[in-house]
Amino acid sequence: MAEEKPEKKKLDLQRRPMPKQNHWERVKNFDEVALGYPVAAAVEEASRCIKCKKPLCNQGCPVGIDIPGFIKCIVEGDFGSGIRKIKKTNALPAICGRVCPQEEQCEKTCILGNKQAPVAIGRLERFLADWEAAEGKIEVPDMAPKTGKKVAVIGAGPAGITVANDLIILGHEVTIFEALHECGGVLIYGIPEFRLPKAIVNREVNYVRSLGVKIYTDFVVGKTRTVNRLLEEFDAVFVGSGAGLPWFMEIPGENLNGVYSANEYLTRVNLMKGFRFPEYDTPVKRPSRVAVVGGGNVAMDSARTAVRLGADEVHLVYRRSKAELPARVEEVENAEEEGVIFDLLNLPVRLIGDENGWIKEIECLRMELGAPDESGRRKPVPIQGSNYRVSFDAIVMAIGNGPNPLIQMTTPGLDINKKGGLATDPATGRTSRPNIWAGGDIVRGAATVISAMGDGRIAAASIHRYLMNREGEAPVT
Amino acid sequence: MYSIVERRMIVPNMHEFIVRAPVVAESVKPGNFIMLRPDPTGERIPLSVADWDREAGTVTSIFMQVGGTTAKLARLKPGDTIPTYVGPLGKETVIDKFGTVLCVGGCYGIGSIYPIARALKEAGNRVVVLLEARSSFLLYWEDKLARVANDLFVITRDGTKGRKGHIDKIPELMGAAGIVPDRVIVNGCTFQMMRVSEVTKPLGWKTIVNMNPIMIDGTGMCGVCRLSVGGKTKFACVDGPDFDGHEIDWAEFLARRKGYSPEEVDPLRHSSCRSRF
Ligand SMILES: Cc1cc2nc3c(=O)[nH]c(=O)nc-3n(C[C@H](O)[C@H](O)[C@H](O)COP(=O)(O)OP(=O)(O)OC[C@H]3O[C@@H](n4cnc5c(N)ncnc54)[C@H](O)[C@@H]3O)c2cc1C
Ligand SMILES: Cc1cc2nc3c(=O)[nH]c(=O)nc-3n(C[C@H](O)[C@H](O)[C@H](O)COP(=O)(O)OP(=O)(O)OC[C@H]3O[C@@H](n4cnc5c(N)ncnc54)[C@H](O)[C@@H]3O)c2cc1C
Ligand code: SF4
Ligand code: SF4
Ligand code: FES
Repeated sequence: MAEEKPEKKKLDLQRRPMPKQNHWERVKNFDEVALGYPVAAAVEEASRCIKCKKPLCNQGCPVGIDIPGFIKCIVEGDFGSGIRKIKKTNALPAICGRVCPQEEQCEKTCILGNKQAPVAIGRLERFLADWEAAEGKIEVPDMAPKTGKKVAVIGAGPAGITVANDLIILGHEVTIFEALHECGGVLIYGIPEFRLPKAIVNREVNYVRSLGVKIYTDFVVGKTRTVNRLLEEFDAVFVGSGAGLPWFMEIPGENLNGVYSANEYLTRVNLMKGFRFPEYDTPVKRPSRVAVVGGGNVAMDSARTAVRLGADEVHLVYRRSKAELPARVEEVENAEEEGVIFDLLNLPVRLIGDENGWIKEIECLRMELGAPDESGRRKPVPIQGSNYRVSFDAIVMAIGNGPNPLIQMTTPGLDINKKGGLATDPATGRTSRPNIWAGGDIVRGAATVISAMGDGRIAAASIHRYLMNREGEAPVT
Repeated sequence: MYSIVERRMIVPNMHEFIVRAPVVAESVKPGNFIMLRPDPTGERIPLSVADWDREAGTVTSIFMQVGGTTAKLARLKPGDTIPTYVGPLGKETVIDKFGTVLCVGGCYGIGSIYPIARALKEAGNRVVVLLEARSSFLLYWEDKLARVANDLFVITRDGTKGRKGHIDKIPELMGAAGIVPDRVIVNGCTFQMMRVSEVTKPLGWKTIVNMNPIMIDGTGMCGVCRLSVGGKTKFACVDGPDFDGHEIDWAEFLARRKGYSPEEVDPLRHSSCRSRF
């Protein structure tokens, strides 16, 4: 399948479309929606890259992948070298290629974006990762000689997995402690199967395990053992415990039956496989009229999950307008195709229950857009007296998550940042305690997979410097 | 994998369940709970801890067979393994020198009140234990509790042992014995905890209850375990499970516990069909 050297040609402005499951079929299953490029489409798409002398795409990637480099490999049909290039800086390409908000990152800065359609960098990254998995020979990187230093990683989300991957390669002994019975963090309990198949997450977790990382699941740090207790055994600790604390709106009626946090709803379906009930024991409701409150990826995932669980009508209730929806454009399109109804410029003010304590109606206020607020987005303001009620059998609250306070509550001496998470030095990921680092959502609040990985990379480098100089004065990294 | 050391029915429908889990045993405290999964397709459920042996690395719970998951547990034999057993979770029960403490146990709570009573005794309290059951044949661990209690009372609904009647006989019973507790701690079924809170409220006896809502993760991530305490929403798994019984919105709590009742019938049927006896 090796292609000839690309000759000089006109700009190809047509982005190769992503093959997808038809929307009328996919609403009935939990299988992946985007099917991935076949080889020919990948090579064609890669050939659109004009190999900029000073590529801007790289700067948009938080982990600095050599994007033109791997794209060139695809053009040349040398997929093995391509995936190796990516893996130099990104341990989880099959995942990032699927869930990165590329339009905000690498693809935003691609020069072809000025002429409408940037190179589909994420899809090409996914293509190489899937190709490698299908080939079945995952390459193991060169491992540094053992240093004898021990590092504990708290949480097996993208941040923790990245730190573990980097440090084991550098020769340290790494142990991950994960609270749940499966690894992957949000990738396993939050993001649904139809967007990120769990087999892929498991494959990546098994890969770091194969490098020698020890993983203890069912281990809640702060409860099972404290961080201080871990430090009796380990030379350094990295905290990647995520933003797993669901927010509610604090409006009347939120504790009615039938009102779920998105975390509960998605965990029942994804982690506990409630969609395969009763083959799996964990039940999940299959109501016919569902309202999802929120407008981010979490809200889209919840709404599309409700569609697949057989709801007749799924509404997304969002207080701003479509332009402000924080979810990825692709996922908004998918949700629309699947029949999710967008109730924009609506603010829930009250939930009303029946005599048995079950949700019956939602009361909303209509909103209009006022002057821009500090985020630069036009601020939604309620239209007085516009209250109205609609009936629903279930409400999913997807208005956001905050950092889980368990670690800071049980670890003395950790400074807290404005978001309620752990305060760190952004250059090193170090917390206010010299042998504890942190990164990902526990620092940033709910953010992205790739930013969690970027934090992990920075922290791993700093931990490595610290461990290697330990004999002398503890360096200020 | 966590291996089962013992699983034995001690009174009808009630099982003593001992699991080898050294890291849990290492730091478990009275009032904590654990979460387990009985098998790879199973649900995660919480069970309170009723005892432990730090040296042997084992933890004991008492569970009542009520639905699909506990039916699966009831079929386990020593040497079998379960895939998930995590803890200790939740805040421990506050143990201090309060003076006289009335420990009320019913149902599986007869088990979980035991380590609480023991710790209160060690802290120098006068420990009054009150056990409630439908009938005398449903009582267990009386000997263990008698060893840590200054006084032990029993109420049975049919009067086959101790005082005949319901748990709301508490004030009467204490009055007759001349006991005025400085604190009441209740472990057991929801109804019992609610009733005790109702009868102690007018007397001004501070009452701590060990709440048992539906849970999934047990770490504060899903919010299914939320309840209203003093008008504020709390997550039982991380803010509790112990709360002041006089501040709980019981009506809301009872409704939320029934949130999945219709669905729970199905796996029960499913699991009993699959069983081989
Ligand atoms: C539904 C949903 C959809 C999303 N979609 C996208 C998307 O499309 N693209 C994107 O880039 N981002 C998306 N995100 C955000 C992204 O998933 C997160 O930013 C990212 O997972 C953060 O990684 P992390 O490693 O910091 O934390 P997490 O992924 O949250 O992992 C933390 C891990 O730590 C464990 N843990 C917590 N406390 C303890 C403890 N005390 N002891 C031991 N273990 C502990 C948790 O169980 C968990 O496994 C989405 C988030 C959600 C919820
Ligand atoms: C902190 C805590 C400690 C507990 N300690 C004990 C104990 O020591 N011994 C004991 O026998 N029981 C205990 N329970 C209750 C026990 O968890 C439930 O009886 C068990 O989950 C029932 O599961 P099932 O599948 O057998 O029954 P199901 O058919 O699922 O349900 C039967 C009843 O249990 C409730 N329930 C169902 N799932 C859950 C869940 N995941 N969490 C809580 N309740 C649920 C339902 O509302 C229903 O009323 C405790 C609960 C909590 C929250
Ligand atoms: S990791 Fe994300 S941002 Fe970086 S190149 Fe891949 S898709 Fe783009
Ligand atoms: S900016 Fe776009 S066109 Fe230029 S090298 Fe990067 S991917 Fe290719
Ligand atoms: S059980 Fe999920 S938050 Fe308490």
